Parts: sequence; structure tokens; C-alpha cells
Amino acid sequence: MNKTPLNLQINMDNFLPATDKDKEQVKTMSKPSTYLKDGFKQLLKNKVATVSAIIIIVIALAAIFIPIFWPYHYEDQLGNQPHQPVDASYCNLAPFQYGTTEQAKIDNGEFVFPHIFGTDAAGRDYFIRTIYGTRISLAVGFFASIMVLIIGFVMGSISGFFGGKVDMVIMRIVDIFYSVPDMLIIVLLAAVIKEPLTALLAGTPLESIGSNIISMFIVFCLLYWVSMARQVRGQILTLREQDYVTASRAAGGKSFWIIMKHLLPNCIGIIIVYTALQIPAAIFTESYLSFLGLGVNAPMPSLGSLASDALNGMMTYFYRLIIPAVVVSLIVLSLNLFGDGLRDAFDPKLDKQGDK
Amino acid sequence: MLTIFIVITATFFIMHIVPGGPFTGEKAVSESVQAAMEAKYGLDKPLIVQYGTYLHDLIFNFDLGPSLKQKGREVTEIIADGFAVSAKLGLVAAAWGCLVGIILGCIAAIKRNTFVDRLIMVISTAFISMPSFIVGSLLLMIFACNLGWFPANGADSGGMFLPVLTLGLVPMANITRLTRSSMLEVLGQGYIRTAKAKGIASNKILFSHALKNAIIPDITYFGPLIASIVTGSLVVEQIFAVPGIGRAFVQSIVNRDYTVVMGTTIVLACLVVIMNLLSDILYKAVDPRIELK
Repeated sequence: MNKTPLNLQINMDNFLPATDKDKEQVKTMSKPSTYLKDGFKQLLKNKVATVSAIIIIVIALAAIFIPIFWPYHYEDQLGNQPHQPVDASYCNLAPFQYGTTEQAKIDNGEFVFPHIFGTDAAGRDYFIRTIYGTRISLAVGFFASIMVLIIGFVMGSISGFFGGKVDMVIMRIVDIFYSVPDMLIIVLLAAVIKEPLTALLAGTPLESIGSNIISMFIVFCLLYWVSMARQVRGQILTLREQDYVTASRAAGGKSFWIIMKHLLPNCIGIIIVYTALQIPAAIFTESYLSFLGLGVNAPMPSLGSLASDALNGMMTYFYRLIIPAVVVSLIVLSLNLFGDGLRDAFDPKLDKQGDK
Repeated sequence: MLTIFIVITATFFIMHIVPGGPFTGEKAVSESVQAAMEAKYGLDKPLIVQYGTYLHDLIFNFDLGPSLKQKGREVTEIIADGFAVSAKLGLVAAAWGCLVGIILGCIAAIKRNTFVDRLIMVISTAFISMPSFIVGSLLLMIFACNLGWFPANGADSGGMFLPVLTLGLVPMANITRLTRSSMLEVLGQGYIRTAKAKGIASNKILFSHALKNAIIPDITYFGPLIASIVTGSLVVEQIFAVPGIGRAFVQSIVNRDYTVVMGTTIVLACLVVIMNLLSDILYKAVDPRIELK
């Protein structure tokens, strides 16, 4: 067609019906996205949170799977074989050193699995003890948070939903727990509950877990539900005035139904965020208690008790202190950063301290 | 007041309901000796009577009873001894924590989004995440054992340095973050721009206009600050062998020295509760714009 600029002839190509491809370009609607999907998309954009999540996942997988195939066990004293005198050469091995019998095997050309971090004073492989300690710390943190979540949600939703006197009583309790120095009470309770629990648990399957861990759970549940309850209550206070709650009630919905069906899904953001932030706090407390000697029962290692054991031989075996120290700091730090990322992603309304 | 009362009551009953008294130790004691011991300390009376006596002594005489394990010593005496040491430790730690925290927070706010800012924020986040027992042990290992710069025993005068350093780190990190965010907020205010427009030197704006307002939110941190120092001191005093109140607490828990445990808990809880209250009042007094809820 003629294309001189002054030509007034209309370009008929511009008036052809649009093809499907053209139509696709004009579409501004994106695929429908849910709240959760949005949140996770937001989370993936946050590099710090993603890296932290990867670190946590790697540590958790290592803690779960390595003990399955590792040739040593956390309570095996390697120098202490049945029907043989105790072989002291296994105690306090430096990393990648071997006991006398192992050395003999190696000289014979057999393969002996190395002690990556050496062994401790009782001749136990330190690497597997660290892994086990990590496993216990993570498990305590995770399950404690779940329990805190359940209690906190129940109390918070009851308090927020029913209001009035119930609300007042629960909030008074929360206030009291809030102003009490929690660590003091935790140490006190952990020390005190221990013995009756041991007696109570004797003979039950729970005995193998150890009374100390159970008492730690009880302590967590007793003290840490308050902040979760507060958050949930605040959220529910605004939610219960919404029209859909009125509608549901008009249609004959019972309180329990309304809470579970309408209010719980709308609190999910807060719940996710606060549960995630609870885990590092619980791990922190667990290692703190173990460090003071109030944590896990003796042969079982935990990152805190490993560090406290290492204090005695600090001059010669400094790496035994550094290893659990690094692991526990790494776990707590990445969980905290991940929790912050979650909060930014799922709860844009919350104030972001330290942000621009 | 109610909180303190509940803490006293709860501590008392927790300690007494649990089986295994202070005299059920390793040594087997004959029935009559045990009974005599219990009679001496009034442990044979009904629980509620014991509770009444305890409350009465506490309120009217400020007497927390005798120690059950350390013969001839009063709990008040033990606490007073430990408290003097711990208070010195805690105050110095709090002081350097606040000072350095405010300075670092200001620097981070002024140089915001630069390398310096990020470095400060990363360091403070790391310190918040590191349990105090880890920091304490590492410091002890590096400076006392390997380098030998400071004595490892915290009871000596030079030995106070490391425990004070450890205790102050967490408050410092928290105050840094708080100051940074409040400073950023203040710097965005209109009166700062006015001051700038008037041609006041930027140093003067910073110190006489911005800083005064920026450190107000730090006052709210007083309560948690004391709490974190109390918590930290339990472990730090253990690591550095400081004869303070935290160590007395942990040891008497292990020894089942009921009266000392109760006394320490009550004193420390009161301290934290009072500091919380005080910081609320102070907050209101410093800045009249804030309404007390």
C-alpha cells in the first residue's frame, strides 16, 4: 500500500478483526490468586527469608535422616565393647582420629567411618551427638510451638469472641503472665516438676522421652500461649463485627461453627507468623535450660547441654564448644529471619520496625 | 501489686506441693531427726498456716525466713549479698548497652541504606539471636583462656569486664534497633525540616532536635531491659562464677533450698514488675502527648 505521509487513504489493515493472540495481550486479569499463594509469592521475593528457609530445611533434613545411616549411635561409648576392658584411647579423640582397634583395622586395609568431630570424654562420636542435639532442639521447638498455637488460639478466640466477663478474666491472666519474668518461672517450674513427672511417667511409653522434655513442654504451654492469645483476640475482635459473621449467626450458626469456619481462616496469617516466631523462642529456652542442667535427661544430648559439657574441657577441646554454639545460633537466627519474612509477607498491616 | 501477690502465692505453693523436701537428700536421715528438722523450720504445720506465716513475715518484717541449706544464714542476707554484686554487674551492663545502642542506632539512621547501616543491623540481629550462654562461653574461651587478657573468675575486679560485656549485648542490640526506627521517624518530621531551613548546623539539629525525641521510645524498653538482664545473669553468673543473685538462684534450685528460691523469685519478679510500671510512668511524664491506657 502507498505509504506517503500525506496520503489520506485509510490503512485497512488496522481494521481487521483481532486474532486470539491479540486478545490475549489486552487481557489485564491475571489468574485468580488466594491469600496463601500471594503470601508465598511475596515470601519468595524476600531473599533473606528464602535463604534462611533453605538453611532451616537443610539442617532439619540432616537432623532427621543422618542418624538413620550413620554407623555410630549417640550413646555408644566406642571404647566400651562387651567382654573387653575399657579402651581409653577412644576418649577425647580429635577430629578424624581413630581409637587403637580402629587404627589396627585401618592398617589391615579395612574402612572405618571417620569421627568427623572426634569423640567426647566418654568416647562417644561427637558428630552424631551434635546431630541428635539438633534433632531434639528442633523437635522441642516445633512441638512446643504447635501446642502453644492450639492453646493460644483457643483462649484468644474464646476471649475475643465472647467478650464481656470471659474476656476480662482471660485478659487479666494474660496480663499477669506478661509482666512476670518468664525465664524465672520457667527455671523454677522445670526444676520443680521434674521429680513428680518422673514418678508419674514410670512404666508408660512416654518414659523413654524423658521427664525433663515433658516438663519443658508443660512449662512452654503454661507460659507462652499468652502472646498468641493476645494477637488472636485482637484479630477476632475486629472480625466478629463483620457482616458475614452476623449472616452466619442469622442463619443459625453456632459459636463453635462460626469460630472454626469463618474466623479461623481469617486469622491464619497471624497464626502462621506467630507460630513461626515461637519456634526460635522455644529452641532458645530449651538450650538455655539444658545449659543450666535443667533440660534433657543425661545421655540424651541437646545443643545447650553439649555446650555446657564442653565448658569443662574448653582449653583443649574448644571446637566442642564452638560446634553446638554455631549450630544453635544458626538455627535461631535463620528461624527469626524467616519469621520476619513471613510477617512481612502475610501481615502487611503489622508495623515493620526497622524498615524505612 | 496483684501480680506480685500472685507470684508470691504461686511460688510458695509450687515449691511446697512438690514431693521431695529439702531434707530428703542423699543421706538417709532417721524419722525423728527429720521430724525435728521439719518442726524447727515450721514445715510440719498445715500448708495454709505456713503460707500465712510466710506472708506475715514478708510484709511486716521483710523477712524471707532462714535458709534451709546454708546453716545459720537468713535468706534476706543471702539475697542482699548477691544483689549487691548483681546490681553492680547489671547496672554497668545496662549503661553501656544503652549508650552504645543509642549511638549505633543514630549512626544507622543517619547513614540509612548504606553499608554501615546494614552492617549495624546485621550485627544487632545476630546478637539478639545468639543465646547469652553461647556468647558468654565464647568470650570466656577467647579472652580469658586463649588470650589471657582478663581473669576468668568474675569475682575479681578485672573479671567483671567479660560478664558485663556479655550481659549488655542483647540490650544493646535491641536499643540499636529501637533507636534506629524512632530516629528515622523523627528525621522525617516537619520540625526537622524547619530547623534545616533555618540554617542550623546539622550536628546541632541531630543532637538538640532529633535525638531528644528519638530516645523517648527507648524508655519503654526499660522493663524488658531489666528482665533480659535478670535472665542473662542466671547464666552469665554461672559461666563466670560471679557470686551474684542469679547464681544463688540456680544453685538453690539444684539444692532444693526452698526459702532461698522463693525469696529470689519474689525479689526479682518485684524488680521486673516495678521497672515495667516505672517505665510506663516515665514514658508518660517525658512525653505529654502520650496517653496512658
